[in-house]
Amino acid sequence: MPAPVIVAQDLVKRYGEFAAVDGISFEVAPGESFGLLGPNGAGKSTTMRMVGAVSTRTSGDLAILGLDPDTHGPEIRSQLGVVPQADNLDAELRVRENLLVYGRYFGMPGRLVAKRADELLAFAQLEDKGKAKVDSLSGGMKRRLTIARALINDPRVLLLDEPTTGLDPQARHILWDRLFRLKEQGTTLLLTTHYMDEAEQLCDRLVVVDKGAIMAEGTPAELIRRYSSREVLEVRFGSDRNSEVAERFTGVGDRMEVLPDRVLVYSDDGEAELVRITDAGFRPITSLVRRSSLEDVFLRLTGRSLIE
Amino acid sequence: MTERLSTVSADPATARAIAAGRRTRRWGAWYVALHRFRVMKSYTGTVVVAGIGNPLVYLYALGVGLATIVDVDLDGVSYLVFVAPALLASAAITVASEEFTYPIMLGYKWNPTFTGMSSSPLRPTQIVDGIVISVAVRMTVNLVLFLLLILVFGAAPSPVAAGMIVAGLLGGLAFGTVLMGYTSTLEEDTGQLAMVMRFVVLPMTLFSGTFFPLSTFPIWLQWIGWISPLWHSTELARVFSFGYEEPIWLSVVHVVYLVVLIVTGWAWARHIAVRRLGR
Repeated sequence: MPAPVIVAQDLVKRYGEFAAVDGISFEVAPGESFGLLGPNGAGKSTTMRMVGAVSTRTSGDLAILGLDPDTHGPEIRSQLGVVPQADNLDAELRVRENLLVYGRYFGMPGRLVAKRADELLAFAQLEDKGKAKVDSLSGGMKRRLTIARALINDPRVLLLDEPTTGLDPQARHILWDRLFRLKEQGTTLLLTTHYMDEAEQLCDRLVVVDKGAIMAEGTPAELIRRYSSREVLEVRFGSDRNSEVAERFTGVGDRMEVLPDRVLVYSDDGEAELVRITDAGFRPITSLVRRSSLEDVFLRLTGRSLIE
Repeated sequence: MTERLSTVSADPATARAIAAGRRTRRWGAWYVALHRFRVMKSYTGTVVVAGIGNPLVYLYALGVGLATIVDVDLDGVSYLVFVAPALLASAAITVASEEFTYPIMLGYKWNPTFTGMSSSPLRPTQIVDGIVISVAVRMTVNLVLFLLLILVFGAAPSPVAAGMIVAGLLGGLAFGTVLMGYTSTLEEDTGQLAMVMRFVVLPMTLFSGTFFPLSTFPIWLQWIGWISPLWHSTELARVFSFGYEEPIWLSVVHVVYLVVLIVTGWAWARHIAVRRLGR
């Protein structure tokens, strides 16, 4: 088995008294697509910054490509591509120039950088935007340019911190398609997200993170199997009545979650549960049967929903 | 360091990483400077127009205009010759106050390009070094233009007048690196930078023996000149420009004082960069 690309053992990052990351351990194999799923403030970005050899850890062990970020920061970063949560393209330069200056940071010769820049503009579907000002790009285009920039050095590992947050559905799908291609080419991806569909689409394996610690680890399918049921029935009775009605359900589903706006009933057969509820004389305003998702896993593990 | 690097591991991925980090470890600061030159290129017009226009206006107004009504013996030279080196030294301070304030704030906060750079093999200290290098180059360009105009005005009689460039550069960087250190500490600009312009840069220009010798000021105002990098830089420039008479130890003090400021400011800016970008 090839050596893991990333090994984190009891990783801790403290800011004063506050532990942003509180003892996280995980390994990522070459070519694997690994996700950190969790709500805002879970410690995902801090973990990414430590793996990115930018932020120094308070304690624990960390090796990227077999090197310790404390002593080999530049060497590690030379093999990474980083897509930060907030775009930090240079708005004073044009689109293509952003790639040119960034490539030089990796010690790549000018001519090679120029060739790579043109290839990547094509990959990011920005060929005709090379001379445009960065500020004239849409949010989705800026993200794609940031990804192109992160790929300028042909990285071993691509770190993506909430790559599609704030993008419209169409822009997200274009981005997913590009990331999927990278994955097919064998690039190791480490990404954070609070979107369940994104994690399910892109991650081979993931950890659910909350309050700086790992709650569960596995493939999306495994996690759903372990922590949820096959299907979920969602019923709504109006905001003030949900909990009151749910208290009167008896023998409905394997498990229930009462949220302020709806009641979730976990079961292998959602339709059957709905029949049982209506037969008992309850009249939900709306009802929906769907497949279980990582959202349900997260709810089960933490008692909270991912996006609040 | 090299020794330790080469003995780390035999894993090909690790070996590749170590090889790839080498160039940036050595040349990183220069790569940052190249980036800054590209940004400066977008305002070349401003650099050149300000670099020629400003001296032209000042030399003409003060040296030719004001000089006709200033009738004092200033170390035996005309007012134009007296004021020209000071104007050159102030030009370097102006460049420093442009380049070490808003662009730094921009890089850390408003358009956090420094964060982007710190994800590359660059080290935070190289980002600082690269910026200082690029500004030093821009400053030199401005100073050379200024010197040429002074020569056109015939206002620098000494054969070693070109030494003014060194004096100006020392003064500009002494003030600039300290300013960079200060700007780097700002999490937010709630008017601090405007305050610096108004209450540091402007008084410094007025009380640094720019337009009149410092000795004409009351003693309780002269201390501003003594701590002002502009005064030290101006006096040094005058020595080069027209052989201004001052004891040699004082010239040495000028150089030492400016170099100490540069080293201190530079180290401070590096220290903040490491802390701020490595959070």
